[in-house]
Amino acid sequence: MIIQGLAFYLFAFVAVAAGAMVILSRNPVHSVLFLILAFFNAAGLFVLMGAEFLAMVLVIVYVGAVAVLFLFVVMMLDINFVEMREGVLQYLPIGALIGVVLLVELIVVGGGWVAAPITGATLGAPTPPIDQVTNTKALGHLVYTHYIYLFQACGMILLVAMIGAIVLTLRDRGGVRKQSISEQVNRKVEDSIEIVKVPSGSGV
Amino acid sequence: MVEFWDIYAWPTIVTVFYIICIVAPLLGAVAYLTLAERKVIGWMQYRKGPNVVGPFGLLQPMADGMKLMFKETIIPSGANPILFVAAPMVTFVLSLIAWAVIPFDSGVVLSNINVGILYLFAISSLGVYGIIMAGWSSNSKYAFLGALRSAAQMISYEVSMGFVIITVLIYVGSLNLSSIVEAQSGGFWNWHFFGLLFPMFIIFFVSTLAETNRAPFDLPEAEAELVSGYNVEYSSMTFAMFFLGEYANMILMCAMTSMLFLGGWMSPFDFAPFTWVPGSIWFAGKIAFCLFVFLWIRATFPRYRYDQLMRLGWKVFLPISLIWVVLVAGWVVFGGDKVGV
Repeated sequence: MIIQGLAFYLFAFVAVAAGAMVILSRNPVHSVLFLILAFFNAAGLFVLMGAEFLAMVLVIVYVGAVAVLFLFVVMMLDINFVEMREGVLQYLPIGALIGVVLLVELIVVGGGWVAAPITGATLGAPTPPIDQVTNTKALGHLVYTHYIYLFQACGMILLVAMIGAIVLTLRDRGGVRKQSISEQVNRKVEDSIEIVKVPSGSGV
Repeated sequence: MVEFWDIYAWPTIVTVFYIICIVAPLLGAVAYLTLAERKVIGWMQYRKGPNVVGPFGLLQPMADGMKLMFKETIIPSGANPILFVAAPMVTFVLSLIAWAVIPFDSGVVLSNINVGILYLFAISSLGVYGIIMAGWSSNSKYAFLGALRSAAQMISYEVSMGFVIITVLIYVGSLNLSSIVEAQSGGFWNWHFFGLLFPMFIIFFVSTLAETNRAPFDLPEAEAELVSGYNVEYSSMTFAMFFLGEYANMILMCAMTSMLFLGGWMSPFDFAPFTWVPGSIWFAGKIAFCLFVFLWIRATFPRYRYDQLMRLGWKVFLPISLIWVVLVAGWVVFGGDKVGV
C-alpha cells in the first residue's frame, strides 16, 4: 500500500501544482501545457481508484482533443500580456466567489459520502459490483440502461450547441473555387477535348 | 528488509528487465526499418539502396546513428529551450510507452489491462503534442506552419480511427487487447480482416498512414515542395529522436493493425506445422508485412494535396466508419453468433 500512497501524493501534488501554474504562469501557452499536466495527473488519480476507463477517456477526450484545440487557439492569438494583467484585481472577487462555491459543493458531495455511506447501495440504479464486472461494463450498464434518457438529452444538447456554433461561424465566401469530385469523375473525353483533323500546311 | 525485497525491489527489477526485453528489440527494429525502407524503395526503383557500409549495407543504421550523435545540438537563440528539448523527448517516449500493453503471445504482455485498446488510442492521440510543442518552441514560422499542418492532419484522422476501433470492440465485446486477438482464433478466416469488418481494415490502414505522417500523406515533411515541417530547426540527437519516434510509431500502428484485424499472434492455420511456430513470430511477421506495405505505398503513390487529404478524412472516412458502427452494432445485437455483450 505504500506505493499506492506515494503515487497518490505524487499525482495529487503535481495536479494541484500544475493547476496553480495554469493561472500563475505568464505565458498562456505554458498555461495550457500545465493544464494538460493537470489532466494527466487527474487520469493517474482515476487509475489509482480503479476507474481505468474514466482515466483513459479523460486522456483521449481532454488531453487528446480539447486541450489541442485550446493550444491551437492560444498559439494563434496575438496576446498583449500587459493588457491582460490589468483587469486581474477587478475580476478577482468573481473568481474567488466561483472558487468558494465549487469548494463548498465538493465538500458537500464528499461529506455526503462520509455521512451516509450506504446511500450508494440503496439507489434506484445501484452500481454493479466492481469486483465482478470491469468498470467499462459497469459504466455502460448504468448509463445505457438506467440513465439512457438523460444520456440522450445530453447528446441532443451537445448536438444543438454544435449546430449553433457552425451556423454562427458559417459565412458564404464568394469567389472560392472548390474541387467537385463528382463533376471531375463524370467528365467525358468528348466534353473536354475536341479532336480536329488539321491538313498540313493550312492550320486550323 | 526481506519484505521490502520481496514486495517492492524484486518485482521492480523483474519489470525493468521485461521493459528492456521489449524496448531493446524495438529500437533495433526501428534502426533496421530505416535501412529496410531505403533498401525496399531502392529495389522498387531499380536501385541498390545503401550497400557500402558493412555487408549489404547492414551497418548503415549504426553509421547514421553515429553521425547524428556526434553532431552539434543547436538550440536557436529565439527558441524556448525547455520546450524545444522536451518536444522530441515527448515524441520518443510516447512511441515507446505504448508497447506496455501489446500482447506478443498468449499471456506474454507487460501489462494486461482491461482498457488496453483505449490506452493505445490515448497514447497515439498524445503524439500530436510533441509536434505542436516542437513547432511552437522553435520560434520559427516554417516550423510553426509545419506543426499546424501536421497537427490538423493527425487530429482529423484520429476521429475515424476512433470509430474503427469502436466497431472492432463492439464486434469483440471487450477492450482488452488479448481478448480482441483471442476472438480471432482458429484459422485466418476468423480474422477480422475477412468479413464484416473488411472496409474498416482499409480505413484503419489508410488512417494509420495519415496518423504517422507517411506517404501519400507526408505533407508535414513534403521535402519536394515545402520546407520540412515541425522539425526544421532541430539538429543532431533531438532530430534523431523525432525520427526514431516516428518509425517506432509506424511499427506500433502496424502492430495495432495486425492485432485488430490480422489476428495478432494467431497462426493463419489451426493445424500442426503452423501451430509449432511461436505466436510472437507470427505477430512479428504480420507487423513486418504491414510495414512492407507502408514502404510499398511510399514507393507507389504520389502525395495528396492538403484539401484532398482533409476531404478524405472528414467527408469519406468519417461517414463510412460512422455507418459501420451502426451496422456492426445492429449485427451484434440482432443477428450475430458472436454476441459481444
